[in-house]
Amino acid sequence: MKVVLQNLTKRFPNRNKKLDDVIAVNNFNFEIPDGKLIGLLGPSGCGKSTTLNLICGLEMPTSGKIFFGEDDVTDLPPENRGVGLVFQNYALYPHMTVRQNIMFPLQNLKGKDKLSKAEMLTRAEEAAKLVQIDQLMDRKPAEMSGGQQQRVAIARALVKMPRVLLLDEPLSNLDARLRLQTREEIRRIQRNTGITTIFVTHDQEEAMSISDLIVVMKDGIIQQIDQPQKVYDDPKNLFVAKFLGTPPINVFKGKVAAGKLYLGEDAVLQVRGVSDQELWVGIRPEGFVPQQAGPLRCSLKAVEVMGRDTSVVLGNETAVSDPLRAIISSEYQVAPGTGEIRFALKPNKVFLFDLKTEERIPFQAE
Amino acid sequence: MTTNKAEQSPLRRGLNLKPVTYILLTLWALIVLFPFYWMLLSSLKSTAAYNAEMTPSFFTLHPTLENYTAAFRSQDEPLGRYLLNTLIFTVITTASMMVVIVLAAFAFARLKFRGRNVLFALFLSLMMIPNELVIITNFVTVKTLGLTDDAGSAIRHFTGLILPSITSIFYIYLLKENFESIPEELYKAAKVDGTSDLKYLLKVMLPISRPTIVTIIILKVIECWNSYVWPRLITTKPQFFLVSNGIQNIRESGAGRDNVPAMMAAVVVVSVPLIVLFLLFRDKIMAGVSRGGTKG
Amino acid sequence: MENRNAKAWLYLLPALLFLGVFMIYPLVDVVVYSLEENYESVREVYTGVGLANFSHVLRDPYFLQAVKNTFLLVVITVPLSTGLALLISLGLSSIQPLRKLYQTVYFLPYVTNTLAVGLVFMLMFQYNDSQVGLFNLLIRAFGGTPVDFIDGPYWAKMTVTCLYTVWVVMPFKILILTSALASVPQSYYNAAKIDGTSKWRTFTRITLPMISPMIFYLIITGFIGAFKAYSDEVALFGVNLNEAGMNTIVGYVYDMLYSNGGSYPSYASAAALILFAIVLTITVINLMVSRKTVHY
Repeated sequence: MKVVLQNLTKRFPNRNKKLDDVIAVNNFNFEIPDGKLIGLLGPSGCGKSTTLNLICGLEMPTSGKIFFGEDDVTDLPPENRGVGLVFQNYALYPHMTVRQNIMFPLQNLKGKDKLSKAEMLTRAEEAAKLVQIDQLMDRKPAEMSGGQQQRVAIARALVKMPRVLLLDEPLSNLDARLRLQTREEIRRIQRNTGITTIFVTHDQEEAMSISDLIVVMKDGIIQQIDQPQKVYDDPKNLFVAKFLGTPPINVFKGKVAAGKLYLGEDAVLQVRGVSDQELWVGIRPEGFVPQQAGPLRCSLKAVEVMGRDTSVVLGNETAVSDPLRAIISSEYQVAPGTGEIRFALKPNKVFLFDLKTEERIPFQAE
Repeated sequence: MTTNKAEQSPLRRGLNLKPVTYILLTLWALIVLFPFYWMLLSSLKSTAAYNAEMTPSFFTLHPTLENYTAAFRSQDEPLGRYLLNTLIFTVITTASMMVVIVLAAFAFARLKFRGRNVLFALFLSLMMIPNELVIITNFVTVKTLGLTDDAGSAIRHFTGLILPSITSIFYIYLLKENFESIPEELYKAAKVDGTSDLKYLLKVMLPISRPTIVTIIILKVIECWNSYVWPRLITTKPQFFLVSNGIQNIRESGAGRDNVPAMMAAVVVVSVPLIVLFLLFRDKIMAGVSRGGTKG
Repeated sequence: MENRNAKAWLYLLPALLFLGVFMIYPLVDVVVYSLEENYESVREVYTGVGLANFSHVLRDPYFLQAVKNTFLLVVITVPLSTGLALLISLGLSSIQPLRKLYQTVYFLPYVTNTLAVGLVFMLMFQYNDSQVGLFNLLIRAFGGTPVDFIDGPYWAKMTVTCLYTVWVVMPFKILILTSALASVPQSYYNAAKIDGTSKWRTFTRITLPMISPMIFYLIITGFIGAFKAYSDEVALFGVNLNEAGMNTIVGYVYDMLYSNGGSYPSYASAAALILFAIVLTITVINLMVSRKTVHY
């Protein structure tokens, strides 16, 4: 089931009545293809949870429309949309067993959709099998681990065979090890069921690792929609570039003159097709190549050996981000305390952004 | 918690006060228990034996239950009737109050509507109003509506008896706090599944809030069982008395003066149900009372 | 949105209805009553509007007696019961074995019918032709002259009233103070111990300040409760409290409303409002004092 958002906007009246309304979601237009897993990514307060609530019907949009397939669901209450929702804290009913929790949504079905008790039990059993908790059907939520509770919550959302599955920060209450495991699990379940799935997260790594598409948001405005690798390799603006990647991108204030990119005095890269101007320069940590006579001179502050790679903390007068960090292969021997270190740059790891709009400025390397 | 707190407590250090502490605590326990012993003792003495004792004895060698049969058989003071009336009053009042306060608490805790905060603040400010201030008009209201026992109709009389005690702001407040502590996500999850508000209230909120509900029920039952002033105001016919009024009537009518053991038997009968209830639900009752119950 | 508004109000409707009829309306009405001069309840007519009811009540010797009794009761029982409860709670928190048993026993008076147990107190304190009460046996054993505490001199009646009141209010206070003491973090005591603080200093400088909010809470609720004393007195002295000279302000209100075939809702309203004013004033003073002294 594809999901289409059309000019979707949600305003909240400001608590302080003298101030303007808060626009949580500002004129969203995008289409989620059928059967894909979509990550809504952004810092807290960017409107991603509001978007989720709009899609599932817990909030009504100020303007705009939502379509599931060809159906306009904008004015439908949540129960008539056919959505399943998984909450950050799972929201399992503490007084019910796993089985009762999973069956609960089915008991609300009315009219022709009404199921017999036996059918409900079968459906609950199937959903539990899918998330591999069919051994725990008679436990109560308090008797289960966080990961197991998460699975119950997913089973409960899946049991009524929703057209769209929504996950609100599904992994943030799990510890690091479970998080890795559970995100694979979510991926597997989504592939098996083929249900269009939208999940909200503030963790870029989580979004990158399992999404088919990432929607990056900031202040209620969509910044970029693309495949994960594309978003990383080809960010639309400085915000997206800064938000994705660990360690984060290094930002410098530089200038272009006569087709050359300058960081301070150093002409670090040939950039064609860019007019002379001051601009922001973003360099991914893996874009630094140590070179005896490299054009970029930095001071060497610290070296952190991480096994496969080496992380180098650098200093440079033109740098805006602090600390500056480069990830280099451990083949390069970097002796700490030598003072200066010189790099060449990989052109595809260097991005230029307009000083005012922070929009990406394309260039051709050599 | 299992560490020996007594060892670290401020009174324990230095001088060994423990024996003195125990003696004093036991003394107070005796003071508390003695009236109960005395009522039980007096109720077990035969009338003749009791009346013969100018100086009451501290025990009896010939306990008898005749006072209890007398208390229940008395035509003028139908103790069984009092108990039944009180039971009816307690059950109906508590049940209807629970319905009213659960609905109100749910509206305040989960439903969004204009003026919610203002209305709730108004509710809280009403908590300050003492019963004595409103009982005057309520008496007149109930009398005007013909809901006292003048007409001799049990239904009318019970209606008049029950109506004013069906809402309690304090319990609405207590329940609302409890409802609010249930994560809002549960409500949203239920909404997404198409659960109606009422079903959510009955199937999710009430079961989760059971401890608080039970506490409120118990506190209300105690309050109903002991209520005296309001029933006294609107009741004149003995067949409609509640236990408190009945006991008071036994005392006033002279029956009690003539037959103290029978009166004490009635006192024991009236006291036992609540004491049993207390011993069964000790922790719940004490927790409930410490959360803000006051006597009366 | 309109729909949801309507629904919320529907949930609130029962509570609002009952509160409106039995709380808000009476609140207005009581003021109206108190201002209607020479109100006749049978014909529902009055001659004028003014403060005559208040001046009548304030000059009524029965009312003045009731005020005196109530104030005496308040100033004696509130400090006495609070102090005693503090002592007992300190004792309780310093022992481990039998603590739960003591707590259970101490709580018993809370769940008993005050009218019923009042009769037992009456028996224990009386001294007349038919029987020497238990308390008088004690007095005699110590060589004193027996006194009838129920139908004797004023000071005797006051004494038994205070004793019974203390007996009745202790459970609540002990309960609150015990849990307040238990919630003082043990680390404070450990710190004091390491500093070699004396036991008395630990108590006055740590324990007392930490539980002072609860003590003030008890004093305030104690004042309010004692000002509303009524049914304990009825249990001891019978319904005709004026005759016994032991009436309370609340008793006066009810008498004006009901007894002697007398229906003087105007006088009752005036008296109730005076009571409310007194309680409100004392509470405000209490709060002001507590704000100055409770640093926490």
